[in-house]
Amino acid sequence: MTAAQPNDPIAAAMGVPVETKLYAPRTLAEALAAKGEHGAACTPVAGGTDLMVGARPGVARFACVLDLWRVAELRGIDVAGDGALVIGAATTFAEIIRSPLVEAAAPSLIEAARTIGAEQIQARATIGGNVVNASPAADSVPVLSACDASLVLASAARGERTMSIHAFYQGYKKLDLAADELLVRVVIPKRAWTWSAFRKVGTRAAQSIAKVAVAARAQVVDGQLKWIALAYGSVAPTVVRARAAESLLAAHGVQALPEAQVRRALTSDVRPIDDVRSTAEYRRRVAANVTIRLLRALAARSA
Amino acid sequence: MATGTGVVGRSVARLDGAGKVTGAARYVDDVPEPEAWFGATVRTTIAAGRLEAIVWDPDFDWSRVVRVTADDLPRLGVQVNGVMCIDDAQPVLCAGEILHREEPAALVAAPTQALLHEALCRVKLVERPAGTPPILDLDAAIARGAPVITSYAIRRGDAAAALARAAADPTMKIVEGTYTTGHQEQLYIETCGMVGAPLPGGGVTVHGSLQCPYYVHKALKHLFGLAPEQVVVQQDVTGGGFGGKEEYPSMIGAHAVLLARAANRPVKIVYERGEDMVATTKRHPARVVWRAAFRADGTLAAARVGVDLDAGAYKTLTPVVLSRAILHAAGPYRCDDVSVEGRALFTNTPPNGAFRGFGAPQVAWAYERAMDRAAALLGVDPLEMRLRNHLREGDVTATGQVLRWSVGSTAVLERAAASSHWSGLRAAAAAQRAAAERAGSPLRRGVGVAFCFHGAGFTGNGEVNLKGKAEVELGPRGVVRILAATTDIGQGTRTILPQIAAQELDLPIERVEMEEPRTDRVPDSGPTVASRSCMVVGKIVQEAAAELGRALCRRLENARGLPDGSVARRGSAFFHGDERVAGWEEATHGAEGLRGAHVYHHPAGVSFDDKTYQGDAYPVYGWGADVVEVEVDLDTGETRVVKIWTAHDVGRAINPMVVAGQIEGGVLQGLGWALCEDVVMKDGRMANGRMTNYIIPTALDAPEMVTDIVEAPYFHGPFGAKGVGEIPIDGPAPAVAAAIEDAIGVHLAALPMTPERVLAALEAGSSTMGTR
Amino acid sequence: MRVELVVNGTACAVEADPMARLLDVLRVGLGLTGTKEGCGEGECGACTVIVDGALACSCLVPVCQAQGATVTTIEGVAFADKLHPLQAHFAEDGGAQCGICTPGMIVAAKLFLDRSHAPTREEIRTAIAGNLCRCTGYQRIVDAVAAAAAEAASGGGGVR
Repeated sequence: MTAAQPNDPIAAAMGVPVETKLYAPRTLAEALAAKGEHGAACTPVAGGTDLMVGARPGVARFACVLDLWRVAELRGIDVAGDGALVIGAATTFAEIIRSPLVEAAAPSLIEAARTIGAEQIQARATIGGNVVNASPAADSVPVLSACDASLVLASAARGERTMSIHAFYQGYKKLDLAADELLVRVVIPKRAWTWSAFRKVGTRAAQSIAKVAVAARAQVVDGQLKWIALAYGSVAPTVVRARAAESLLAAHGVQALPEAQVRRALTSDVRPIDDVRSTAEYRRRVAANVTIRLLRALAARSA
Repeated sequence: MATGTGVVGRSVARLDGAGKVTGAARYVDDVPEPEAWFGATVRTTIAAGRLEAIVWDPDFDWSRVVRVTADDLPRLGVQVNGVMCIDDAQPVLCAGEILHREEPAALVAAPTQALLHEALCRVKLVERPAGTPPILDLDAAIARGAPVITSYAIRRGDAAAALARAAADPTMKIVEGTYTTGHQEQLYIETCGMVGAPLPGGGVTVHGSLQCPYYVHKALKHLFGLAPEQVVVQQDVTGGGFGGKEEYPSMIGAHAVLLARAANRPVKIVYERGEDMVATTKRHPARVVWRAAFRADGTLAAARVGVDLDAGAYKTLTPVVLSRAILHAAGPYRCDDVSVEGRALFTNTPPNGAFRGFGAPQVAWAYERAMDRAAALLGVDPLEMRLRNHLREGDVTATGQVLRWSVGSTAVLERAAASSHWSGLRAAAAAQRAAAERAGSPLRRGVGVAFCFHGAGFTGNGEVNLKGKAEVELGPRGVVRILAATTDIGQGTRTILPQIAAQELDLPIERVEMEEPRTDRVPDSGPTVASRSCMVVGKIVQEAAAELGRALCRRLENARGLPDGSVARRGSAFFHGDERVAGWEEATHGAEGLRGAHVYHHPAGVSFDDKTYQGDAYPVYGWGADVVEVEVDLDTGETRVVKIWTAHDVGRAINPMVVAGQIEGGVLQGLGWALCEDVVMKDGRMANGRMTNYIIPTALDAPEMVTDIVEAPYFHGPFGAKGVGEIPIDGPAPAVAAAIEDAIGVHLAALPMTPERVLAALEAGSSTMGTR
Repeated sequence: MRVELVVNGTACAVEADPMARLLDVLRVGLGLTGTKEGCGEGECGACTVIVDGALACSCLVPVCQAQGATVTTIEGVAFADKLHPLQAHFAEDGGAQCGICTPGMIVAAKLFLDRSHAPTREEIRTAIAGNLCRCTGYQRIVDAVAAAAAEAASGGGGVR
């Protein structure tokens, strides 16, 4: 099969077969229509920072692409009537970093965004792409998990549906996302919290993939811990909430921290592996060490 | 010879800077090649066995591309299927025997990238694994008695007897340790690439990203049985080499030429990053075993060192790497009873090759760790340990070489200590640790020092055998042009060589150019390796410029009817006795094309016996000392390098900015090797062959660096200069290890000191988090 | 598809597959070889350009997203025939050695300096954290950016 070579000298020089079918909608309705029509045969692209890795000149990797970069309805950060923070799926991490709304509602998301790649990546990578690419090391996902975020999916056929981020991830790169659906918004519900923290232990100080990431949020009233959320990345096929540790802490409080018990509880919550970047043993230890460190800081603040 | 104020010693701006900062500089993939097809390599996927067949999909129209396998070599003019390095055992294309993964097995070229990609998807190798499992690392090679590719030994006094005596002497301490290092990937930011083309009359030409045009030239002559003038090799602006483009370009150049001959047109091969990482050469992994005796006063009494290197599957440059390794293995310390034994062992992995340091970093890791071990056992301050033991002028090395000149060893130690405020820095780190412990912080600071030496230029008789040559030619309007095969790969040779010539002739630097490094235009001044470009080639260039000056004197004598030898040059002016008879303009008028040439001249009284490995291993050494401050996070094992102070004796800094740049760049590569550059091998292949997963430092990982240049002039180097390119990478890793040990009390013996290894070492001790 | 974009102030048009990398469109389609490929995966930053006022790794931008965009490459950093202070300092102060990272590094630093005032060395390092250099150890790159920043702050220089 020969690729058709147009007579245009530029295209000839590039040797690129004009093969990829492109949809470049401006509205969400157009985008959903295209996704509805082609389903899994149509690959959505937002910032391209995951999808474009490994692209080579002259190699058409996708039969059909749905470019979401200019769908204005997919961008933007707002506070809804019920106080929830609503982030369009195609909002870039640079926009998140600059947002006073995010700073107020979920400053950990900004901390996490600052650890993503570097300037070049933050300017293009989107929160929706990060969520849907579903790497176990996705940097924004532990924060979203700790915030009990929900995801709004939409299809032309059925309209919108909302689900918890925890229900969205069903296994390693297994998502509750139909072939004709797009992720349209990320919602962080309004919740009273007094403390949040984020720590990513990566491969280097920038341009790094997480070996372990922990996002935490809690509410302490009059020195009493009301609740705490602890979410981890890179220690399981999907993001995990340390439910056992959370319950233990909610019952016990953070003063006179039962560290050994917390460590034991965490061990049951995380399931890290060995890979080219790190080891299961390291991830297990570091997840526990960093958690204890954060909890000690919380305790000191609350005393 | 011009002296005093001049361009040498000044931080002249890079002469090739304009192109680099505007994007105009042309690297191989930037050079317009409108006729060139695109080439790529099909590689083996098993570590040992046979290549039984290559299957080309019959549904693909192969007439639209060209393909080359070992069967095609004879009809393409190949005389012997071997890429000449030290020997020609490494095949240019696999002819049946597979000795490592990623061996080139077939080549394909196509008119477009798209077609090339399609073709590559349509070819399969049929490989049969060998009956016995492949040998995949150094431990396996040692355990299974793998073939020894090369071995060397050095003896001074009687180390065995001295060690035996020491073992029985209660006042002496015995230090033993096994120190290991893994591969390191050069990771130049521009991948390898070459363009090959046939020449009318049967010759061939290549241009590309390379360090040594004459190495490629030699390999192509040998491969195709061509005369020297039938092969033209040119270096394009090259985006980093660090040794990684010393030998492998010969292989790539050969591939490009094979495809070019098959296609009868130019063919360009530019490696994708992944291919470059898994297939090309790396630093040799090493295992160095120390057994040494120290006296109560901290001085080294006897040392026995064993060095094992993982050569990979073919010899390539390994003997030279092992040679340098053993010549540095005993360290820059006085010792009367030394025994060094080195072996390079075969493994079924891609052959290892040159990377800045070339065997010296591996043994420096060991000798400095051993020194630290001894210091700790004896309760001697680590800096004091070096001060008591370091080689000084007049001392004798393990090969019996008396260090007669340019020995800035004490100076670099004292300068690094002063610059870093060693004692105060150590005390402050200790105070920080105490305070952090009280406050319940997981951060611990530590300070360490390392000291190293590095023989400049080729070992022993290498330069004598090479007979490097350079010329300085007069161009129009009194401009001079340097003709040398030295390539600028970032280290600034296209600036410092003109500075040297300009100083010699007392000309403004604007009047000095460098010819393009093309084998049909420049003589062979030797490869751009071994920290020799400034010291050796710079001297040859200086002498060639002086020869040009002498030729101009003779010309003036003839023109003016003056007696032979009566005209002498002072700087850029010419004198008959005390009478100035001509300036540069006048003397060079009509003399365009006049040349001065010089061939390497070995300094008198410097000799080395290759058989016994005794004598003057290198004419002169560089000396370096590093002090580093780190902060270790007990929770994660991460080490942050807070700051590093270095002092290096370079003889004379031709261009201080360029020298400092070499030092700082080498230091960061050493820090990367120390902490985060881990080549993960799986089944004989690099498993983390992506920039995402092979970690080099970013600007946020790099510390602020304080760089001190010490000058102990070397009489035989240009204006006193000696080599600096490699020594900066020798010291940082052991300095960091010492600092980590100061911070957290663990003695690490393996590189890299990843957070995983540091945390495991911590956990092997007691719990680190305390109770607060 | 036909993509129209403004590159270094000049309106351009190319025929390319929609998912062709902007990097290849710049280098091969438009002959602007100043932007380099170092890794093809957005790690090294050698391919850094400015797209609609923000940094981007051009190896990760599909050209369809550059439709109607304003792009600045290294070739557009100098003003007419005068070097930007960054370029001058990189060339003179040791900010460039082999030079392969230099175009991307200068583009990243230029955008940073356009938006910052009296940056600290740490802020400079953060700004160029996405640009890997193997030659310099970053020391003189940070020096060069700081010198250019100081020049801008003192109001002198501008372009030269």
